[in-house]
Amino acid sequence: MEMTNGQFFVTTIDKFVRWAQKSSIWPLTFGLACCAIEMMNLVGPRYDAARFGSEVMRASPRQADLMIVSGRLSLKMVPVIQQVYQQMPEPKWVIAMGACASSGGIFDNYAIVQGVDRVLPVDVYVPGCPPTPDAVLHAIMKLKESIAQGRAKGGVMAREA
Amino acid sequence: MKPEALTEALVEKFGDQVAPLETPFEIPQYRVEPRALVDVATYLKEVGFEMLLDVGGVDYYPRSPRFEVVYHFLDMKNRRRVRLRCSPPDERPEVPSLAAIWPAADPAEREVYDLFGVVFTGHPNLTRILMPYDWEGHPLRKDYPLRGPREKLEARFAAEKNRFHAPKLAGER
Amino acid sequence: MAKLDPAGLPLEHPDPRGYRVEAAEGDRMIISVGPHHPSTHGVLRLILELEGERVVNCVPEIGFLHTGIEKTAENLTWQQAITVIDRMDYLSPLSNNLAYVLAVEKLLGIEVPERARYIRVLMVELQRIASHLVWLGTTVLDMGMMSGFFYAFDIREAILDIFEEVTGARMNPSYIRIGGLANDVPDNFVQMVQEFLDRFPKRLDELHAILDENPIFLDRLKGIGAISKDKAIAYGLTGPNLRACGIDYDVRKAFPYCGYEEFDFKVPLGTNGDCYDRYLVRMQELRESHKICVQALQRLPEGPWQIDDRKIVRPPKHEVRENMEALIHHFKLVSYGFDVPEGEVYVSIESPRGEIGYYVVSNGKNKPWRVRTRPPAFYNVFAIPEMVRGELVADLVAVVATVDPVFGEVDR
Repeated sequence: MEMTNGQFFVTTIDKFVRWAQKSSIWPLTFGLACCAIEMMNLVGPRYDAARFGSEVMRASPRQADLMIVSGRLSLKMVPVIQQVYQQMPEPKWVIAMGACASSGGIFDNYAIVQGVDRVLPVDVYVPGCPPTPDAVLHAIMKLKESIAQGRAKGGVMAREA
Repeated sequence: MKPEALTEALVEKFGDQVAPLETPFEIPQYRVEPRALVDVATYLKEVGFEMLLDVGGVDYYPRSPRFEVVYHFLDMKNRRRVRLRCSPPDERPEVPSLAAIWPAADPAEREVYDLFGVVFTGHPNLTRILMPYDWEGHPLRKDYPLRGPREKLEARFAAEKNRFHAPKLAGER
Repeated sequence: MAKLDPAGLPLEHPDPRGYRVEAAEGDRMIISVGPHHPSTHGVLRLILELEGERVVNCVPEIGFLHTGIEKTAENLTWQQAITVIDRMDYLSPLSNNLAYVLAVEKLLGIEVPERARYIRVLMVELQRIASHLVWLGTTVLDMGMMSGFFYAFDIREAILDIFEEVTGARMNPSYIRIGGLANDVPDNFVQMVQEFLDRFPKRLDELHAILDENPIFLDRLKGIGAISKDKAIAYGLTGPNLRACGIDYDVRKAFPYCGYEEFDFKVPLGTNGDCYDRYLVRMQELRESHKICVQALQRLPEGPWQIDDRKIVRPPKHEVRENMEALIHHFKLVSYGFDVPEGEVYVSIESPRGEIGYYVVSNGKNKPWRVRTRPPAFYNVFAIPEMVRGELVADLVAVVATVDPVFGEVDR
């Protein structure tokens, strides 16, 4: 890559792509329950996710990179969440926000899926009921870290035969 | 109208179809036979109970009759409430629908049907409301396990899960 | 099993009035809004029948957040059930707590001390302010104004700070317990609340300044989504949605609880029952709640914050360490809980969304036999079709936003 005044630096394509991917993660507004209110706070004045390039909450899955599953996932919602996930372009990441999304939480009953990782691949789990917005920011940081290191695969399917 | 006067009027009008119950906590309550429910509700509306506050179900299993449908009515002008309790027989858990008198009963009765399996005769659209359409069983019945048929369903999701996970790359551990 | 569309939802909606996606007649079009849609404020699915841009019919479909809270509560002890009931109406968890706790206290026949009563009122009214601010923030966001959202959420943060200081959690605090409170308020409580209450009216004026004369905002609300008095009553609307029609029904005035009759406040009323009136009623309610908070804080008495019955409330920690009897009580309460006398009771309070009632059935054991909620938002959602019929599709956004449904409560 050549710079304007003759300077240059060397990198691998892989690293460059990862840097681009991690620097502006756009979350999907996928609000389910209590955690959705805390997720709204994430873009609010105090927590301001814009500092980390994640302020653009997209309503359309086609324009989003990150699905923050905020709240309990009921069995009736499973087909919907799977379709929305499939509609997101790759690479895409999932944060399970809160105890219910991570493990079913206190709702160990007939209606709730015991953790979204049963239906979607999850990259980061956030504990709390609901987690504070700081905790979600921390999760986004962790996700960036793991993207930069190439650990988060971003839901990319079948790269090998 | 005082609660006693309402009781008298109801008993006079409907005879043994309406039985006043003990009233420990301010809201007077009556046991109503299912076949008299629509008439009693219409009468209550006439005497000022304009709003149907709530329709809820209770399962008293293993008692018989096990189900009870509980109606709360509100009279906003005179600031009073009344409760009707209706127990359909076990072999045919059917209660007439109040959806024609109060549109509010429409979704509430669907919910009772969904969660308890009590059938509301004459309801315009008695379908499941909270659970998925293809759900089996009525979750709030006492003989329904808390965790439901989850194990079976989750086995299905586990089989589908691999579709979403990225397969491991060659040489990756 | 019914035929499913790609989202796994039934293609042929089992509504006998005939909602079939492919069978739209002539110019009529049927579209499905939600369950994942930014303007549904949660997971609501609305099946709209359109003629051009006019909404001819609308069928709400709910249940996407059905959590089985009522069933779970039956399997927990009386005190533990508070935690799941918290998560019903997640914008005002303390209202849920209070209604349920008042119902159980009525069955037990106990009366909480004055201090607990005042703190309950204060916290619930602060919660009402916080809840209405979320409603305001999301509504103005839907009407195309980002700054209003920032203002509202900024004010709300101050209330959440108070909650965090008092209860340890920003949301879902489970603070109101059977027999009193989870804990006494901290020393700086009065000062924190006072600071907030001093600042609040000015902050509210700021919001009024950016909203009240904003032509875009007013055009999208005025005369939109009106519902008549009779219809509102027939559909079981309560809370600000009912009062926007001009019907004076507030549980705080009609069936006072927690000593609300001692407080001086007005019940704001609308006239037309349209979106603008719903907006006005809630804005005025913010002021009235502020008034109640000020009065409650002034009168906040000293004294015990829970009842003195070791069979129901836990003994203080220092006693548990030294006193054998206290240890036994503690152990019994944590492992078994307490028995509640047999009976049925219905208690309702005014939550930010309307009359939230709990019909609690006890069979004399340590677990509730049935906890039935009267969810105000549930009935409000099913009045949406009545409000949007004949309006434009774009107005649907305003209607759903001003009705203010919370789906944790609708679906439970």
